[in-house]
Amino acid sequence: MVATQHTLVALVQDKPGVLNRVASIFRRRGFNIDSIAVGHSELPNISRMTIVVNGTSTMVEQARKQLAKAINVVKVVDITEENITARELALVKVKATSDTRSDILEIADIFRANIVDVSMESLTIETTGDEDKVESMIKLLQGFGVMEIARAGKIAMVRGPLGPMPVAKARNEFRKKAD
Amino acid sequence: MKLNGAQIVCESLLQEGVNVIFGFPGGKVIGLYDTIAKYPALQFVLVRHEQGAAHAADGYARATDKVGVCMATSGPGATNLVTGIANAYMDSVPMVAFTGQVPRADIGKDAFQEIDITGITLPITKHNYLVREASSLAETIKEAFYIAKTGRPGPVLIDIPQDVFVEQTEFHYPARVNLPGYKPTTEGHPSQIKKAAKLISEAERPVVVAGRGIHIAKAHEELKNLAEAAQLPVVTTLLGVSAFPQSHVLSYGMGGMHGMGYANKAVDAADLVIAIGMRFDDRFTGKVSSFAPHAKVIHIDIDPAEIGKNIRVDVPIVGDVKKVLKALQKVLEPKQHVAWLNQLDEWRHTYPCEVRECASVLPQYVMCELCNVTKGDALIVTGVGQHQMWAAQHYIYNKADTFISSGGLGTMGFGLPAAMGVKVGRPDETVWCIDGDGSFQMTLHELATIVQEKLNLKIAIMNNGYLGMVRQWQDLFFGKRYVATPLTGPDFVKIAEAYGMNGIRVTRPEDVRPAIERAMAHDGPFLVDFIVEPEENVYPMVPPGASIAEFLVAPKKEALTWSRRSTP
Repeated sequence: MVATQHTLVALVQDKPGVLNRVASIFRRRGFNIDSIAVGHSELPNISRMTIVVNGTSTMVEQARKQLAKAINVVKVVDITEENITARELALVKVKATSDTRSDILEIADIFRANIVDVSMESLTIETTGDEDKVESMIKLLQGFGVMEIARAGKIAMVRGPLGPMPVAKARNEFRKKAD
Repeated sequence: MKLNGAQIVCESLLQEGVNVIFGFPGGKVIGLYDTIAKYPALQFVLVRHEQGAAHAADGYARATDKVGVCMATSGPGATNLVTGIANAYMDSVPMVAFTGQVPRADIGKDAFQEIDITGITLPITKHNYLVREASSLAETIKEAFYIAKTGRPGPVLIDIPQDVFVEQTEFHYPARVNLPGYKPTTEGHPSQIKKAAKLISEAERPVVVAGRGIHIAKAHEELKNLAEAAQLPVVTTLLGVSAFPQSHVLSYGMGGMHGMGYANKAVDAADLVIAIGMRFDDRFTGKVSSFAPHAKVIHIDIDPAEIGKNIRVDVPIVGDVKKVLKALQKVLEPKQHVAWLNQLDEWRHTYPCEVRECASVLPQYVMCELCNVTKGDALIVTGVGQHQMWAAQHYIYNKADTFISSGGLGTMGFGLPAAMGVKVGRPDETVWCIDGDGSFQMTLHELATIVQEKLNLKIAIMNNGYLGMVRQWQDLFFGKRYVATPLTGPDFVKIAEAYGMNGIRVTRPEDVRPAIERAMAHDGPFLVDFIVEPEENVYPMVPPGASIAEFLVAPKKEALTWSRRSTP
């Protein structure tokens, strides 16, 4: 079985150590977490985690079930197969001289990125988008001399009116009927 | 009512129906122990090492319907609990462990006897807590007991800083818990149960594999009803031993690495495996890719994460085993499997469980005589090693839930402290601790606790002068190179006497029975040191990496004189 990238969304209780509990479940199974993004959710005292990991479907499903068992984890779903909107945020600091500045601005413009800081020797560009977009922009900027990159982990949402939990539930029920 | 933290712990324990605590004191918990003394309803058993407290709480929990409670101080006290907590986690035993912690202001400063015990026990507890204020203590304890005993049971640890024990707060014990992330499924899905019933009715060679889940759910009666209704042969896992009466005509013994040949043949040839409250441990399945190759699998377990973890499953049913079996019984069609059962009985004949005649004491023979003298009525608690397997194989368990052993973690040294906990929980029953000379030496200091607590516990040591199970592997797979396995043991009878109890040594087969009878007749703890055949191996044995159908049987040395049971 081949390892593929999976995106999991977990709603967790806002308690000390909860990030450790979640990370520990992946750690002991030898997963390398590609990214993990945590922040408040729409519910009080509930945080939302978006976790991106590489693994075979069976291994990720086993980890997901173990996550679901953790007392502080309220819900967890694998949304990899869903129609999702996923975004990453990156800040890129690029070397810029009077000769190169306008070229860099043009690239930023094409990617609809924002310039958030300018100095005599550098430009800092802020971009949001899916992983491909962020990657391509960084690749183009590399020629000018990238000085620093800071990337936030991926956050994701299922398209349409339903949240990740009802969507997964509906799909499971559909699958059961199909059996 | 305003109480301090220590009083809240005691009051909460009473609310949870706790009456025994196994523990050891220390700097950070002196205040708590001082308070416990003021609650005579809480019996305190002082162990000699904290590992013993955790194993005793484990044994106590398995032998009663209660949650085992152990208590230790911070730092080394807490880390000494770790093996016992891990053992309880692997075998799904409900336990709440309390540890003292340095005062809140000192946490994270590497203070004297400070250790991050919630960090250490994170992967070996069902859940754990560091209590940050006295006002959350009652709620935490309520949650801990609820989590420990519901769903798939397990250990929960509560770490309490020293100054929380003296902090005053209003005490109110919550009536219910608020755990949005914890809702175990207990009712099996009706359509899955119907599917299972259909598979059972279509099967020609079905076999039930019963695990510890039967004991946890107290589903012995339901298992028997199910097996009888559809004439299903029953095999158990190691921890499932005594889930089904072994003299029952449908009982085919224990399967797995040292399981009965006929049990493993049954699973291997089956066209349907009905796994109940078990988790397809590698010691049971052998080589996974060739496990039950012709079988469809129904897996009934309360833990959804166990479904499909090791073995592909055709019909999963997540729920409480007792409830699921009851529901399944209702939709099940009565069936006969005459040809299949005849086949199994033939295998029972070909691969019998028997003991050969021997001039020296055979451990297997000791088990048979223990069974004869106790009429199969005793609670058997074992350590880990060869003696454990012989105890599982050669004692006949007809009473429900009478075999207590360390399965998942395989903890040498579990036997004595666990037996202590069992005896505290079931004082009126005969409790035999069957141990090996290696396993026993890991925790024998608990003899002092047994004597101090006046526990009428019987101890049988299978003394072969080796770490026998490892020696057996060296014998079979490492060219008989006995590295680090020969043991020069102490004189266990003198050890017993030094601790203030009685003991005798047995070196001849004819003395086995009288020794057991003498131990039973003695009012108080008694140790029998059986000097057994040193290089006896446990058979059958599924070699590592082999399919369970490829088990090794004992090489025939001498005439067989004793058969475990008359074959039907």
